[in-house]
Amino acid sequence: MSVESPAIEVRDLVKTYSGHTAVSKISFTVARGEILGFLGPNGAGKSTTMRILTGYLPATDGEVNVCGVPVASRSEEIKKLIGYMPENNPLPDDMRVAEYLSYRGRLKEIPRRKLSPRLDEVLELCDLTRVRHRIIGKLSKGFRQRVGIAEAILAEPPVIIMDEPTIGLDPHQILIVRDLIASLRGRMTVIISSHILPEIEMTCDRVLIINQGRVVATGTPADLRREVFGQARYNLEIAGDTTAALPSALTAIEPTLHILTTGEPDAAGFKKLTLGSTRDDDLGEVMLRALSSDSRFRIRSLARSQPSLEDVFLAATRRGWETVAAAATAPKSK
Amino acid sequence: MKHFTTILSHEIRMLLVSASTYIAAVLFLAVMGFIFSGVLENYSAAAQETSPAAVFFQLFWLPVFFMVPLLTMKCLAEERRLGTLETLLTAPVSSTEVVLGKYFAAYFLYMLLWVSTGGFFYILNHFAGDARFLDIGPLVGGYLFIAVSGLLYVAVGVFASSLTRNQAVAGIFAFVLVFALIIGLRFLGTVEVLNLESMKPLRAAIDYANAFNHLDDFTSGIVDTRQLLFYVSGSVLALIFSILGVEAKLIHS
Repeated sequence: MSVESPAIEVRDLVKTYSGHTAVSKISFTVARGEILGFLGPNGAGKSTTMRILTGYLPATDGEVNVCGVPVASRSEEIKKLIGYMPENNPLPDDMRVAEYLSYRGRLKEIPRRKLSPRLDEVLELCDLTRVRHRIIGKLSKGFRQRVGIAEAILAEPPVIIMDEPTIGLDPHQILIVRDLIASLRGRMTVIISSHILPEIEMTCDRVLIINQGRVVATGTPADLRREVFGQARYNLEIAGDTTAALPSALTAIEPTLHILTTGEPDAAGFKKLTLGSTRDDDLGEVMLRALSSDSRFRIRSLARSQPSLEDVFLAATRRGWETVAAAATAPKSK
Repeated sequence: MKHFTTILSHEIRMLLVSASTYIAAVLFLAVMGFIFSGVLENYSAAAQETSPAAVFFQLFWLPVFFMVPLLTMKCLAEERRLGTLETLLTAPVSSTEVVLGKYFAAYFLYMLLWVSTGGFFYILNHFAGDARFLDIGPLVGGYLFIAVSGLLYVAVGVFASSLTRNQAVAGIFAFVLVFALIIGLRFLGTVEVLNLESMKPLRAAIDYANAFNHLDDFTSGIVDTRQLLFYVSGSVLALIFSILGVEAKLIHS
């Protein structure tokens, strides 16, 4: 277990379930102290990948190393390196919070002397001190979720894997969970999967989008926007002749500028338009000056649109579908 | 095996704080008390040749049929259904430790329930006021048989529970297996075909595995190591299959 080895190294990971391929040739690495967001539609292979990382499921093919330790051959060591919170966060309903965490602590081989102070620390960190003597089955979903997170970070493992940690939480609880995950930054390597995209965007250093068992995009949220869209977008609300006059007026401003979508006019005659351009620098000021001085148009608003991670996600997964479909129809050359 | 004691103490603790354990114990004692008083009534009606303990233990199969499935059906099936098996096995714990911990916890409760029927004999002794009524030999032999045979029956129950995520299926499967072991073998022993000369080895094997023969031996004070070996090896086999069952379910899940 050398210090230089990345926290997680996955090479050509394949998992098939009786003929159905859940994960096909996924490769990625996660550096130590990094927070990685796992995105993908349902059934994309997120949970399967996470389960393989923990050593719970055996992979069909490929190689997974956690802190330089191969998962397949040394799964006993791996279990000590990983704190894992499975999907739906299964917890025993008939135990008390502190009781459960202390049992898990003993299973995770926390020395007896350290167990009790660490327990207090984790309860405090996850804001569970108030409910430490409550029975888990009677807790609200937010508390249960935090019990799951507390359990994952209990033994201070170098790698934490959480499958949808924020599912079913209210915004206030999401905030707490987000802060909690952010507080782990730098100390532990964290992998989280989620459907809540702003969530991922706010907490994660890097995002991995998978679809149909393949990695379709990876990078920081900013990288992904650039990679997936490749062009700047503007939202424009304008009244006037947008079909004939506007395109030529736009081309006069900037040759690459064109209309992507046109909305229906509202009561005041304003239409919402989306414009695209391959120019990376901001054309807003030039456009605003040129269009407002033009008597043919009346402008109500103009803004450069920041594609949300949601747009990136949709575009990337759609692209994933297309590549998969193309691979299926193309003659097998290999 | 570091975590075996952790899991075992956790399981026993959870059994002892759960209300259903006490309800099951009360019902078990009610049924057993009913049987016991039935036995005593026979004795008050007419003189019998054997001691009450021997007759009481002759009916051991009745509580085994319902107690073993009820005690064991939950242990692995429920964990799998709730998904807590996943958290358990991603902790630094091996499936062997999990299965053994659950097995011995179930066995502990099984024995606890049986030992509590010792109270009947204590009461009988107390009110009869004559130590001769309470033949200590068959009593000790009977409990010894229960302890030894229980190893196998509980292991079979754990095995049934390792195969499914549905408690009802596990329970019925455990019942069928235990039924086949106790009544099925006894019935096979009476099949006429086995009296043929060529069937002699098969007949010997069935007689060897017949629980009622074992019980007779134990209550008359014979502790045969072959019988001990039968139960111990049988339970080891059932537990190995349970461990494989837990792991196979992971591979093919």
